[in-house]
Amino acid sequence: MSEIVAQNRGQKKKGRQKKLSTRVDFTPMVDLGFLLITFFMLSTSLNKPQTMEIIMPSGDKVEESEQTQVRESNAVTILLGKNDKIYYYFGLATAEKTPDLKQTTYAPDGIRNLLLQRNATVVQQIQQLKALRAQKRLSEDEFKKQVVEVKKNKQAPVVMIKSTDDASYENLVDILDEMQICNIARYAIVDINDYDKELITNVENPDAGQQ
Amino acid sequence: MPKVRIPRKRIFIDMTAMCDVAFLLLNFLLLTSNFVKPEAVQVAAPSSISEIKMPETNILEVIVDADGKVFFGIDNQEERKELLMRFADQYGLSFSAKEIKEFSLVNSFGVPANKLKAFLDLPSDDKGLKENALGIPCDSLNNQFKDWVQFARKINPEMVIAIKADRKTPFPKIKRVMDTLRELRENRYHLITNLEEPPSDI
Repeated sequence: MSEIVAQNRGQKKKGRQKKLSTRVDFTPMVDLGFLLITFFMLSTSLNKPQTMEIIMPSGDKVEESEQTQVRESNAVTILLGKNDKIYYYFGLATAEKTPDLKQTTYAPDGIRNLLLQRNATVVQQIQQLKALRAQKRLSEDEFKKQVVEVKKNKQAPVVMIKSTDDASYENLVDILDEMQICNIARYAIVDINDYDKELITNVENPDAGQQ
Repeated sequence: MPKVRIPRKRIFIDMTAMCDVAFLLLNFLLLTSNFVKPEAVQVAAPSSISEIKMPETNILEVIVDADGKVFFGIDNQEERKELLMRFADQYGLSFSAKEIKEFSLVNSFGVPANKLKAFLDLPSDDKGLKENALGIPCDSLNNQFKDWVQFARKINPEMVIAIKADRKTPFPKIKRVMDTLRELRENRYHLITNLEEPPSDI
């Protein structure tokens, strides 16, 4: 396809070399270039996967005196049920007092709203910090430091996430995500116990629970 | 009468610039992207707002598919060889040099110890087949997954554990994997997710 345009207008003069244009047609080269681009576009991935870092409690036995006590007023227990249902109750479940189990959803107006309300002071403070950062009055490092400080608030809720066997992995990731959105620093994935399971069955079919 | 001749003009577009652009783009793509690694199984990871990027090297990837089958893979080829040797010692297996080489080319696998030899002898195209996605045993009686993680950790203590599980994976299966990691005192790990837009109002 490459063509060389010979310029031989007029008569040939003796003793003079033929002048050849050195123009090379690059069209096939372009074709090749784009072909390679297409190939690499299809066989590579541009974005690296995102990750979520979690730190699980260790399995070591902790002395009772060293255990961190959760204040009843701060405790929130979230139970992940089947079919994307969430149950929650505030406070700690004790033998004397049956907690008031309520049902909610993963939608923004469900569990998120609720946790934001519980965590209102911290969320407000972080929003103020974000505003300061937006006005460039706070450096990125300083912002991070302050956020950590704010999250240490003793009044902030402590969330215990308990998952039933019917929940899916997506539910777990979603709820961990909510913790991040709602700026909750203290949360843990805890094993579910029979008591909590019983609470769920009671809510699901209230008639059976009363009998 | 002389014939009126319309002079034929050659159309010649200079493609040099176009060529430059094409190769520039090619260069850019080559430098910014990484190849899609064939994995033992395809999983649809759930999405989260977390923006932490995955480290590029030293990853110990645990894949759990929708049925709860466990797959395992590390990214360094030399370490893979050593890992197989240690595993073979533990389970009294022996592998030929060819099988060890083959193992170092497998990104992730999910076969129990007794099927491992047969799996490595398969041609590389057949390794990704569904019937070979058996899953590594991870129950309390026969926990080969635990051994894999343990050996990989011993070979390279810097390794970062990343769990990639399907959205629909039932929680007990994930819990089983997490409990195994807990037994090994691996309490920090990453969950691989897709990026989701964070809510703007908060």
